[in-house]
Amino acid sequence: MIKRFLSLEWKQYFRSPYWQRSIGLKIFMGFLGLYFMSIFLFLGFFLFKIIHKIFPDQDPFVVVSGFLFYWVLGDLMIRFFLQKLPVMTVKPLLTLPIKRSQIVNYVLGKSAVSFFNFLPLFAIIPFGIVLIFKEGYDPATTIFWALTLIIITLINNFLNFIIESLTAKTELSFLPLIAGTGILFALNYFNIISFSNLISKGVIGIANNPILIGIPILILIVLYIYNFKILKNELYTDGSVQTKTKEAKTTDLSWTKRFGDIAPFMQLDLKLMMRNKRAKSTFFILIIGLLYGLFFYPQPMYRDVVFLYALIGIFSTGTFLINFGQFIPAWDSSYYKLLMSQNFKYEQYLKSKFTLMAISVILLFVLGIPYIYFGWKVLITHFAAAIYNIGVNTHVIMYGGSFNRKKINLDERAAFNFQGTGAVQWLIGIPLMLIPMLFFGAINYFLNFETAIGVLIGLGLIGVVFHQKIMKIITKKYVASKYKMIEAFSQDN
Amino acid sequence: MIQTKGLNKKYGGVTVLNLENLEIPRGQSFGLVGNNGAGKTTFFNLLLDLIKPTTGKIATNNIQVNLSEDWKSFTGSFIDESFLIGYLTAEEYFYFVGDLRGQNKADIDAFLVQFEEIFNDEIIGKKKYLRDLSKGNQKKAGIVGALIGNPEVIILDEPFANLDPTTQIRLKQIIKDLTKNRDVTVLISSHDLMHVTEVSDRIVVLEKGEIIKDLVTSEATLKELEEHFTA
Repeated sequence: MIKRFLSLEWKQYFRSPYWQRSIGLKIFMGFLGLYFMSIFLFLGFFLFKIIHKIFPDQDPFVVVSGFLFYWVLGDLMIRFFLQKLPVMTVKPLLTLPIKRSQIVNYVLGKSAVSFFNFLPLFAIIPFGIVLIFKEGYDPATTIFWALTLIIITLINNFLNFIIESLTAKTELSFLPLIAGTGILFALNYFNIISFSNLISKGVIGIANNPILIGIPILILIVLYIYNFKILKNELYTDGSVQTKTKEAKTTDLSWTKRFGDIAPFMQLDLKLMMRNKRAKSTFFILIIGLLYGLFFYPQPMYRDVVFLYALIGIFSTGTFLINFGQFIPAWDSSYYKLLMSQNFKYEQYLKSKFTLMAISVILLFVLGIPYIYFGWKVLITHFAAAIYNIGVNTHVIMYGGSFNRKKINLDERAAFNFQGTGAVQWLIGIPLMLIPMLFFGAINYFLNFETAIGVLIGLGLIGVVFHQKIMKIITKKYVASKYKMIEAFSQDN
Repeated sequence: MIQTKGLNKKYGGVTVLNLENLEIPRGQSFGLVGNNGAGKTTFFNLLLDLIKPTTGKIATNNIQVNLSEDWKSFTGSFIDESFLIGYLTAEEYFYFVGDLRGQNKADIDAFLVQFEEIFNDEIIGKKKYLRDLSKGNQKKAGIVGALIGNPEVIILDEPFANLDPTTQIRLKQIIKDLTKNRDVTVLISSHDLMHVTEVSDRIVVLEKGEIIKDLVTSEATLKELEEHFTA
């Protein structure tokens, strides 16, 4: 049966219509994976020496065990954002003579062979080898220690899915987790309850007393069974349907009427953002974008790197622009056919998106005025960046959108969700952020600050002046890709 | 009203639709039948400029659909669920379509009254998003959406499938009323021969993209169609 499941997934993967197109992203992910593997390998082999250098009077074995608590917390966080329970298209299988438990066991089993569980092995095994063969530690102790770590990895694996399924129904699902880990971290940090000590002692205790390894194994089994129960419950077709039905909230958006013929689309876009998980997260990213400058400006080390102002300015006034803009028109992909057969001009549709983005830039700039605290130069640069965003970046990102060929499923959350992302979305970041930064940095370096500001504002104003003309060109591009987009958006990838 | 000239659509060298010369006069109630893959939906998609013809032309009201968008103002259509905006309530959807067709809220509210019976208290005022409605109710909303703004051409792909009996009967009446004055051209496709003969003045049978029968509906039509599909 497992063989059949595997062959089904193999086919699903390779027969997905856009497999070839997203191959760039896959290669990128592959490299990322290799990068992490080599880092872990390096750590595994040299960690002993490194720790020996930093803490010469402590046993590296104990030091590493002491750090396990942070590793567990970090691992959980990373998993929460990056790892998803492997999904199978189970619906067609439910009515076939396959036991439900078989499907569940398969899905859970498959999650155990995820990359996230293999990665630690690249550090644990070489570290163990170094311990045994170079440093002369007791082989049995080391092996049981390594085994315990592997079991902890698996515990994290299944714990993560439980956390995910418990928080999946709420909007800001990552908040309780961040709060939870924060509290654990604080309790540990202020020595109220020293978890790092507890875990360290536990792991070393198991290494010395192999029978105790039964305890983590037992925890693992309990977690597995709990996961099994959750999943089995969700294997009913109405289970997922029931949770979905929320009472519709109607909002009065009649104020958009003042925007004239683009009002219907603005209302639609606003509703899109308020009522869909994926789009809603765009709102929350705004907060991060707005506060982005606080990561840099308070540090004296960045205070005088003037060209960074431009980057931060572009980013913090353009957060919405970038996050919303890069998925035009994929936001509307699920009903694109309707739009294409309705009575309106394409330009109106694009204009509504432009207006939304421009308003967001102004709003974010105004909200960012307190940045003046870090000096007038910062605020002026942000102002210039805002003008540049409105005049240039809005157009650039909308032009890039005409290359969009990926459907977006509006119900999935956004963080690290690469659905709808193609190479274009990565490439578009270059003209969007790097070019203004380079312009600004170079002119500031060779001429002076005032000219650099002037050039950014000038470029932005040129874009504003030629707005109508540029929109005509962009519209043409969209109309030309119309059939391709319709075809691509009607494929489920 | 609708004219095709040498219209041909190929996918990877295989012809899926070939309509040398099809003319649908204004006010006709036009039915399209044919087994799966006969080219019915392809024809509607071409008519709505959602796919590009390989060769040939298709025009409504003398407007070639892939050259000008002016046909959109008088064409209402519902092909499948991708014509619905899932995160809107049914009312909001109707208002949105109405907005694009120059109908204000009051117009739409007045327009919706006649469908009360069809909606059966399940679609309007239920505070439910379209994505949470059942398939049948979604279809009702889509069909009603296609009728908004007094379109002169109405295109419905398999409107009777998935509908409850009450709505089927009402829909047939609506189509008959629409074409009574010979103003509105209605194009429907259906697998239900009985329904389609009841509402259409003319029935065209497609097979592998070609017209193989073009009938003016009469007493004998249903029998003829049944015999055709039995053979």
